[in-house]
Amino acid sequence: MTDIAPPRPSRRRRSAPAADPATLTAPIRTRALTKRYGELVAVDTLDLEVRAGEIFGLLGQNGAGKTTTILMLLGLTEPTGGTARVVGLDPARRPLEVKRRVGYLPDAVGFYGDLTGRENLRYTARLNGLAAAETEAQITHVLEQVGLVGRADTRTDTYSRGMLQRLGIADALLKNPDVLILDEPTTSIDPIGVVEILDLLRSLVRDRGMTILLSSHLLGQVQSVCDRVGIFASGRLIGVGTVAELAERFGDGAAHLVVTVATEEDGSESADPATTLAGIDNVESVSWDPVSAAWHAAVRPAEASGKVREEILRAAVDRGLRLTSLRVMEPSLDDIYRIAVAGMAHAAGVATEVGA
Amino acid sequence: MSAQARVAPSGLEGRSAGWRIVARKEFADHVSSARFFVLLVVLGAAAIVPLYFASDTIRSVASQVTDTRDVFLALFLVSPQDVPIPNVFNFVGIVAPLLGVAFAFDAINSERTDGTLPRLLSQPIYRDDVVNGKFAAGLATISLVLLAVVGVISGFGIVRLGIVPSADEIVRLSAWLVLTVLWVSLWLAFGLLLSVVIRRAATAALVGFGVWLLVAIFGQLIVSLVAGIVAPVANAGTLEEALSLTALSTTIERLLPLTLYQEASAVLLNPTVTTVSAPTTIGQWQQWQQQAQGQLMSFDQSALLVWPHVVALVAMTAICFGAAYVWFMRQEVRA
Repeated sequence: MTDIAPPRPSRRRRSAPAADPATLTAPIRTRALTKRYGELVAVDTLDLEVRAGEIFGLLGQNGAGKTTTILMLLGLTEPTGGTARVVGLDPARRPLEVKRRVGYLPDAVGFYGDLTGRENLRYTARLNGLAAAETEAQITHVLEQVGLVGRADTRTDTYSRGMLQRLGIADALLKNPDVLILDEPTTSIDPIGVVEILDLLRSLVRDRGMTILLSSHLLGQVQSVCDRVGIFASGRLIGVGTVAELAERFGDGAAHLVVTVATEEDGSESADPATTLAGIDNVESVSWDPVSAAWHAAVRPAEASGKVREEILRAAVDRGLRLTSLRVMEPSLDDIYRIAVAGMAHAAGVATEVGA
Repeated sequence: MSAQARVAPSGLEGRSAGWRIVARKEFADHVSSARFFVLLVVLGAAAIVPLYFASDTIRSVASQVTDTRDVFLALFLVSPQDVPIPNVFNFVGIVAPLLGVAFAFDAINSERTDGTLPRLLSQPIYRDDVVNGKFAAGLATISLVLLAVVGVISGFGIVRLGIVPSADEIVRLSAWLVLTVLWVSLWLAFGLLLSVVIRRAATAALVGFGVWLLVAIFGQLIVSLVAGIVAPVANAGTLEEALSLTALSTTIERLLPLTLYQEASAVLLNPTVTTVSAPTTIGQWQQWQQQAQGQLMSFDQSALLVWPHVVALVAMTAICFGAAYVWFMRQEVRA
């Protein structure tokens, strides 16, 4: 039931410059990775693969095991079972080399309040053994990237939560890592800030060939930035793929079209869109959405949506429907996630009944 | 983008550097912190006030008895006769543990509550670099404070009283300084242990100061209590019974680190002391000097006398630090 779709040959969008072969194949790979705390299984036989140069989103509720997984990838917690390979190394055995090449933004990151942002970063630079000559330039560079140069020389206890989060990203970037692991990177950052941060992440992948693993429960943001996502629930990965792939697997089997129609100057409409749309084959239901001022048509099966779109265009020509736009609504990760988790809970319930 | 600083290659250099970087940062934090100044003032006052009141006595005696040896060390040993204040080494013995606890009680748990611990540990350093670095920084800070206090007292003696230390006195004073640093580092290690075990810094501070109070103030009470329980003597009938009770309570007393420190201090600072109790007034001081005419203990003999005390203090420190170290290594990064 938790079979994972075999990884498709990835479309080669970018090539990672100057990376060793191990990094090229899969910078992060786990096999049956397991972590138990007494009775509680925090991470359950996890098989995860993050490919070079992609942004991978780990989705899950609080307590789903995202942070525990990340800590194991960094060698900060020892796995109970299974193996992990990060940049080709075992983090449990060679944590230092892994940590030298992996930037990490912890959940609810903190800084030393009595030091300025720049001083905090200087400490990190020293811990990473950065050459002193290059440190200052590098610090300014990462501060620019996260948009904090203006506040770099004030104490971090005056920073807002969102600013600390940005400084945390700067801190993770300071060592110029091959892999970036971000635990809830956009939490408590304002909406404009989120866009900036997500743009930054995209540019890091594009320009430096960085591989990024991020965890989040803010699904909309994950959807907009991630190449692939993994849905995590109760320590298990219940689905991996692009948003479209996941929609195919977990979706309700319907596609949704959004149709907007112009009204005549005298207020009347040329033809009644509701009846027109409902008259087309495979259109299951038509509803008016006052918020977007558009008609929503549910098409089942989803594969018929192309044909339905053709029909709508034909109707526009034949019956004078003054069509202004017609688009397919992207499947929402929120819905996919809800269905996936509900499906897993249902399956678990069935399994328990059978077991009993 | 010229700022492509590359990470230094791994190697032996990287192994040893971690704790030093942590220690350097922590030391800078300590020295610029408010608690550093507060404790410097408290300890400075603890050293200067008894000295000020005792200085007249010392001066008069020093001018009279020109042949009295080791009068410089009297600065640390003599307590004023008209004011009820303990002498310097007793005062330091009681106040110095505050230093140790104050510089360590929030070492680990504040990193945890501030959310800096996962970030710190995700840098390429070993986990023990954090404890080691913090301990080293605390030790350096305390040594600095104690050195300053001893320097002030010595300077006061040289300038105000016109007495200059002999070579032997400098050796004894240095040895006492090392002993005191050891004494404080025991409390530093204890504070570190508290900061690892207790998640809230305020609770750790309370526990630390509570234990300090217990040992410093009620230590004697506890000893007689325990002695009474272990060997209850109705009226201390025979002399032998009374003697054995005394021996027992001395043994128990020596389990207390404060006793160890004070006994060792007395021996190290006072060449005439061959036993536990030290002279507390300048009159006694003279008396002791006269009694011990020509048979002052040489430094190596004094050192031999306090060796068990030093070993015991080192052992206690090692146990506290070891416990903090192991506990921290096994702790989860997340709460």
